[in-house]
Amino acid sequence: MSAVTPIDLPIDRSTEKQLARGEAKIEGSTAARRTKRRLTSRSATIAALIIAILWTTPTLGLLISSLRPAKEVATTGWWTIFSNWGFTFDNYVQVLAAGNTQLTMSEAFLNSIAITLPATVIPLVIASLAAYAFAWIDFKGKDWVFIGVFALQIVPLQMALVPLLSLFSRGITIGGVQLFSGLNQGTSYSQVWIAHTIFALPLAIFLLHNFVSEIPRELIEAARVDGAGHGQIFFRIILPLTMPAIAAFGIFQFLWVWNDLLVALVFADGTVAPITKLLAEVTGKYGQEWHLLTAGAFIAIVIPLVVFFALQRYFVRGLLAGSTKG
Amino acid sequence: MASVTFDKASRIYPGQARPAVDKLDLDVADGEFLVLVGPSGCGKSTSLRMLAGLEEVNEGSIRIGDRDVTDVPPKDRDIAMVFQNYALYPHMTVAENMGFALKIAGVNKEERASRVLEAAKLLDLEDYLGRKPKALSGGQRQRVAMGRAIVRSPQVFLMDEPLSNLDAKLRVQTRTQIASLTRRLGVTTVYVTHDQTEALTMGDRIAVLKDGILQQVGTPRDLYAKPENVFVAGFIGSPAMNLFDADIVDGGLKFGTATAKVDRETLAGASGKKVTIGVRPEDVVVAKSGEGLPVDVDIVEELGADGYLYGHTDVDGNRVDIVVRVDGRVHPNAGDKVVITPQPDHIHVFDLESGERLSKKAVETSK
Repeated sequence: MSAVTPIDLPIDRSTEKQLARGEAKIEGSTAARRTKRRLTSRSATIAALIIAILWTTPTLGLLISSLRPAKEVATTGWWTIFSNWGFTFDNYVQVLAAGNTQLTMSEAFLNSIAITLPATVIPLVIASLAAYAFAWIDFKGKDWVFIGVFALQIVPLQMALVPLLSLFSRGITIGGVQLFSGLNQGTSYSQVWIAHTIFALPLAIFLLHNFVSEIPRELIEAARVDGAGHGQIFFRIILPLTMPAIAAFGIFQFLWVWNDLLVALVFADGTVAPITKLLAEVTGKYGQEWHLLTAGAFIAIVIPLVVFFALQRYFVRGLLAGSTKG
Repeated sequence: MASVTFDKASRIYPGQARPAVDKLDLDVADGEFLVLVGPSGCGKSTSLRMLAGLEEVNEGSIRIGDRDVTDVPPKDRDIAMVFQNYALYPHMTVAENMGFALKIAGVNKEERASRVLEAAKLLDLEDYLGRKPKALSGGQRQRVAMGRAIVRSPQVFLMDEPLSNLDAKLRVQTRTQIASLTRRLGVTTVYVTHDQTEALTMGDRIAVLKDGILQQVGTPRDLYAKPENVFVAGFIGSPAMNLFDADIVDGGLKFGTATAKVDRETLAGASGKKVTIGVRPEDVVVAKSGEGLPVDVDIVEELGADGYLYGHTDVDGNRVDIVVRVDGRVHPNAGDKVVITPQPDHIHVFDLESGERLSKKAVETSK
């Protein structure tokens, strides 16, 4: 459909509105067009607005509370801000310095970054390589290995905590032969990196495999004829074409690791603990200092917000990609 | 540039008894344009992919020039392939697509750019070098795929039905372009198609395959004038050759009420009392009355200069359909009754059982 309309051609009102909204430019299947129209209709927009307000209000409340003096927070609600006026950055200053005997909140914040970045990148690297191998390299028992990886998704994370701890501290010994001596490093990031990588891999491999295997066979054959080996095919063809899926899974994994408390409690204790653990401790034994929690929570969500807004373009495209054809 | 040799090359897919390609023996000379043609499932694409290295060779060998490439991976064969759906890299521009192989080969940036530009000029793609494949029309994509092959100046071009995604008019145009381009470049080309017209118009030589078995190799003229078996006779030519079973009688063949003179030597090789005779639609003389086979005209297709008369006759109570080429201006009409006789020099005789050609005479009387 052309977007150009002769000026003297009589147009009925609804067409005019559609043109004004640029809907006439939308091409593609009629089903896609219908969905798009429904999602951009007035009632849908109003519904989206209401949902957005409902979901943003508590966040706003948290933000206001985090900026109020501790005394006010303890005695009045944030919605009475106009009658109990008063703002301060004391909570933020306090919470950054707060902490336990081993580290402060600001150190924990850095710990979170140090844990999350490698725990996102390592599984993505391994999973994309594995996805390529499972999708495009023929080797014996490929299907069975893939089914095995897929099945690992069912294993609850909690079940693996004790075996992993034992692996890290004592290594593996089979029949008197020591295969792996354990990490023996006390408190270090490597344990939590490995744990998160292990927990992420089954789903990451599965998702990326589905995406990678939808790349047309001819593309890979063309690359092979053009002289590319596996490495070049992976880096020059597969990786660029899989970027949306990698970015989408990257965001998932990043948010999951950033917000994780359980795995951190088990594998990242002491001086390497992330911000989530400190947040849980900072309110005090009886929750008497919850004004600090408000500021701490805001500090903790800054990074996920940055990541999400930076990559949301891929996020939406990655989730939709593969599900629709043409 | 190099010749290509298939030496009893076979491809047997796992779990299948019948080979997809069965002991293919084929020589393609240096600089030759060879067309592999056959109905779908005949193994033509598989043969091409074996040559490309994308398909395993289970028996026999394949050579490019003097080099045995049977177990050489595709990247080391120095070949370029054009795929049916073009297989352009969607995330690269036209220039990057065309230069990809050179980049992999480690050619420096300046030379890459100049070779890409050269090929782009040849194919009229200069204005599109910065575009992504998504923003190109079907014909342009096809040309980019050709360009990607040309840029490399490989030993052999492989083309797997590169025109089948184009519309009819563009296909005819592009077909002549491809044929003249590869001849100008002088690169050995193996071209796969299911379209016999494409094969006849493009190929220096044509190889006809059926069920993985090579039926005949020859120039377009050879295949048309002297098909070696019933399959080739029926496959090459449009409309197809008329093929009937005829009785051997004294002095020739008898079909229904009509007889045709065929010399004794030809028929001596027949395994039974019947043979298959073939007559092309243009090798039939139509008369209003007289000696010959009476035919009821069903319809006449007018194509301007020519017309094709579709009719039927009864032979021993069986309906037999016949196609005859007639003059485009003066011809019988539907419902008419006519009498036809084949031109004696243009009768193809095949053994009824084996389907092999019996008539020895090269039917090239028109010189």
